[in-house]
Amino acid sequence: MEFPSDLLYTDHDEWVRVEGDEVATGITDYAQDQLSDIVYVELPEVGDTFDKGEPYGVVESVKAASDIFMPVGGEIVAINKQLEDAPEIVNQDPYGKGWFVRIKMSDQSDLDGLMDAAAYQAQLDE
Amino acid sequence: MTYIPHTEAERRAMLAEIGIQDLAELFQDVPDDVRFPTLDLPAPLAELDVAGELREITNYNISVSDAPSFLGAGAYHHFIPSVVDTMLRRGEFLTAYTPYQPEVSQGTLQAIFEYQSMMCALTGMDVSNASHYDGATALAEAVIMALNIGRGRRKRVILSPAIHPHYRATVRTYTQGMGLEILEEPLTADLGELTGQLDGNTAVLVVQTPNFFGQLEDLTGLADAVQGVGALLCVVVNPLSLGLVRPPGEFGADIVVGEGQPLGIPLSYGGPYLGIFTTRDRHARKMAGRLVGETVDANGKRGYVLTLSTREQHIRRERATSNICTNQGLLALAATVYLSAMGKGGLRKVAELCYHKAHYAADQIDRLDGYAVRRDKPFFHEFAVRCPRPVAEINQGLLERWGIIGGYDLGQDYPQRENQMLIAVTEMNSREEIDLLIEALGEEASDG
Repeated sequence: MEFPSDLLYTDHDEWVRVEGDEVATGITDYAQDQLSDIVYVELPEVGDTFDKGEPYGVVESVKAASDIFMPVGGEIVAINKQLEDAPEIVNQDPYGKGWFVRIKMSDQSDLDGLMDAAAYQAQLDE
Repeated sequence: MTYIPHTEAERRAMLAEIGIQDLAELFQDVPDDVRFPTLDLPAPLAELDVAGELREITNYNISVSDAPSFLGAGAYHHFIPSVVDTMLRRGEFLTAYTPYQPEVSQGTLQAIFEYQSMMCALTGMDVSNASHYDGATALAEAVIMALNIGRGRRKRVILSPAIHPHYRATVRTYTQGMGLEILEEPLTADLGELTGQLDGNTAVLVVQTPNFFGQLEDLTGLADAVQGVGALLCVVVNPLSLGLVRPPGEFGADIVVGEGQPLGIPLSYGGPYLGIFTTRDRHARKMAGRLVGETVDANGKRGYVLTLSTREQHIRRERATSNICTNQGLLALAATVYLSAMGKGGLRKVAELCYHKAHYAADQIDRLDGYAVRRDKPFFHEFAVRCPRPVAEINQGLLERWGIIGGYDLGQDYPQRENQMLIAVTEMNSREEIDLLIEALGEEASDG
């Protein structure tokens, strides 16, 4: 299982890629593996704003339906429309083509509580 | 044997956890005199005597099998082929509860799948859920689905006042405390006036056809107007009328709901009934209830699965958008067997019989002195009549002097329709019954 070192991680198994004042986010390799075949991803609309930790969407697999949470607070500036017709990309490429949304951060300090790859992996190993 | 599973030790542990000594302390706020009230009951009777007493009480009822009935207003007296009951009473169907272990309930799932397929064909829509409790709750679920599709931001709900008053009351109950703006009164049933209320804040506009007054609404262009502001069009139907009129799906409706009772379900004093709910593919994931799908197993054999129940409580817990985790399985089966027995041609025949008999009755009543049938729109099998006297008085006369169950008193729900009677005519009303009603109404016009 892969956990790229250039990403940050939440304890809800989301990853975050910081690019200036925006972040891209999705779910980790571990999360997609646990969920197994993903059949639907419900995403918000561009322009929606949420607080850090607020649920912004739902990912449904053949096993479960789970909320997905904002790793940082801010405005949704892009959503991955490809997931609408091909949710399985989340299973195939969770950190790349399987991204969920891009968020314009309202407060950079939201990043402070996130984990690096080593800390996230350590938490999973517990 | 007791059916309470807790041991004494567990009970003590729970009491200690919340810091009380005795179970009775939990009830200390309930006044003593109502805690264990003395029940003033008569002495026990033998089963034979109880049966006799109950029979005596039920003899006060007048059912549609005892007297010609022209009462409809949302529940209709139709012929039910005996095959419907025969199928319902099969143990495999009658005792099977909602399929929480779907794979071992193939028969139940297949019945639901066929029900869903028939509802889609009937309404002209893409997907049907496995059903709701009744037409009223199906409409409430439709409104909630529309609010969710509007992402909780669109707060306006436009209900035609010509929707069944009970349905509108159910919508208000379900959506209490959600901060909605529900427009229904003082709107008129004029579709132009309804669409005039559409704005960017509107989640859904609902019309009923045939409406509560039995009239068919012209849905042409309505979907465009509603969807033009990003709202959804929901249409409430009588499924039986769809044997005759074009389904709302062909007019671009987003959601079609209805009361399934006319499809092989007895009146039985108001329930249990069947809530029909169909929508478009694009909204399937937002649909309340559950969806059964057909697939193949590892050996390529046909099988049925519970494909979707994404909005239900047992899946979504506190984020569920509907707390209905069940369906009216047995009554959905009744509708399925009814439609199978009737076939496409049979359903059309019943609808035509209802239509023609109702129109014959309306024409004759319209000729009576003091009575006038409202004819501003075409109607299906029910129509409003302006009467020369209060409807309650006429109905009393019909029952006592003629043995006829009269129509519905519209003044109960619509003050502006005082002295208007809603008369339903179905295939169950013979020509003789209709002629008797006409004669009786003529006589009752001048009495009192």
